[in-house]
Amino acid sequence: MGAMEKPFNWAELVRPEHVHGSVYTDPAIFQADLEKIWYRTWVYVGHESEVPKPDDFVMKSIGPQPIIMTRDRDGKIQLLQNRCTHRGNQICQAHKGSASTFTCPYHGWNFGSDGELRGLPFSSGYEGVDRSKLALGRVARIASYKGFVFGSFASEGPTLEDHLGAAHVAIDKLVETSPEGEVEITAGFLQHKVKANWKLLVENETDGYHPQFVHASIFKVAESGIGSLYGPNSTALSRYFGNGHTEFDLRPEFRQRGQLLGWFGTTPEKYPEYVARMRAAYGDDKANAIMIDGTPHTMIFPNLFIAEIQMFVLQATAVDETVQHVTALQFKGAPELNRRMRQQTMGSVGSAGFLLADDGEMYERTQRGLQSRNPEWVYIGRGKHRERRDEQGLLISDVTDEVPSRGMWEHYRSMMEAK
Amino acid sequence: MDRMALEDDVLLREVTRFIYREARLQDDHEYDAWEALWADDGVYLIPANGEGGDPEQEMSLVYDNRSRIALRIRQLHTGKRHTQAPRSRLCRIVSNIELLECEGDTIRVTANAVVYESNARGETVWPSRNEYLLRRVGGELRMSLKKVVLINNDKPLYTLSFLI
Ligand code: FES
Ligand SMILES: [Fe+2]
Repeated sequence: MGAMEKPFNWAELVRPEHVHGSVYTDPAIFQADLEKIWYRTWVYVGHESEVPKPDDFVMKSIGPQPIIMTRDRDGKIQLLQNRCTHRGNQICQAHKGSASTFTCPYHGWNFGSDGELRGLPFSSGYEGVDRSKLALGRVARIASYKGFVFGSFASEGPTLEDHLGAAHVAIDKLVETSPEGEVEITAGFLQHKVKANWKLLVENETDGYHPQFVHASIFKVAESGIGSLYGPNSTALSRYFGNGHTEFDLRPEFRQRGQLLGWFGTTPEKYPEYVARMRAAYGDDKANAIMIDGTPHTMIFPNLFIAEIQMFVLQATAVDETVQHVTALQFKGAPELNRRMRQQTMGSVGSAGFLLADDGEMYERTQRGLQSRNPEWVYIGRGKHRERRDEQGLLISDVTDEVPSRGMWEHYRSMMEAK
Repeated sequence: MDRMALEDDVLLREVTRFIYREARLQDDHEYDAWEALWADDGVYLIPANGEGGDPEQEMSLVYDNRSRIALRIRQLHTGKRHTQAPRSRLCRIVSNIELLECEGDTIRVTANAVVYESNARGETVWPSRNEYLLRRVGGELRMSLKKVVLINNDKPLYTLSFLI
């Protein structure tokens, strides 16, 4: 712990069924969040398909820090800091592109797409200087799981597979929606900013209690069947995977309905080519099961939310500001499905979305509400008496219960307490 | 002034009246009257990330066909569109209205707009360059396209739930 850092009693602030309001509002706690979580654990950065060719790059982030994700000349993914190793100027201004080198505009230092220092002007001034020590800063560890690239600023720690733990099934299931077993991120991102602490968003992604209230307006006018998934009689489940990861398991509901592509509000007759390609790829039985079960609704801590048809990447930027980067999931070999993915994503999420504009409103009102000091605590005890273990030993409960929040907070506390 | 220029001037005045009226209906949250300004094939487009590429391929903030415009209006009417309950208070200035071309019965118009929004979060300014395709339907001008290019759309944006 740094000398300036105020000691927090985490066990006091984060209790089994209560969380202190200050964990969402205290700027010093936000700094601690950055140090202990965002700059330490595995954070989702980008997808391999966003940099398909050598020298492609795209601007990403880890918390408030911009990260340049490149594919270097050898085809390897690199996560580089946008900070010249000379005197700190930003070397890249573009959102994305292709560049074999980045030239710092201040004094002309030149870096390769692998981050190595390639050249510096008037080099006689640097006689005897070891250039290999002046490569761009790199995120200490990079790992990729089925195309999803994560970075960790900690040079040592659990592997990505350890970190994902049981939650890796979400990515496994997701890629199986493609007849070629691959997700592609190609539709560009919306960037939706809210004045709220990042943890409110993480919790809400798997809060099954709110949809019927927050989204009443769109459920009513769109006559969508989604609302009933999140009611007291739903057979859907909430689950805690461990390591902060949570989900809704909607499969019990979709299996009851037994409709191919029912999860997507459509029918196999409308997508005959997709259905045929899925059956050719996986065999009839497995393909049918995939098309009945649908895609995951899983929050991978701290910032990757796989939300059935779209993907959110959360970026904590300040104690009371979070940016949601969101795009439609696109499945390789499924162009017909992908078009509908894009259309529905544009309708439901982003700043003007039928759903997310109202979630955003709740985030901001909650952030303001938490400034009031009585009661001091947020209560997350819903369904405590009926939580149970599934066959894998993971904690589950009814979909409207607060198992995901309780799990997330327990993990949060353990990360904050870690040295 | 020659005859062409005079006709242009008459049309410009009619288009300007139309756009001012649209702006007032939006500021006043007169949802139905605003919806009535659309042609049956109307497309309401708010690109993200610059001019926006092909909205069929890339994410836009809004890419509504006529039936989705109607859905947006119905949602606002429920009274449970929380982000608009209470409604944003709005004041917009529309200017630089130019007729760029007239092809057949369609007029392409550009204008700049600045909207001031006040709500519980605070005050937000939404500057945009707008493009309209207007067509005469039963003698009245109707929008077959309204494209709103926010000049800060390559950055994170707050919730945008009023009609812009
Ligand atoms: S700061 Fe980049 S070259 Fe000097
Ligand atoms: Fe929601």
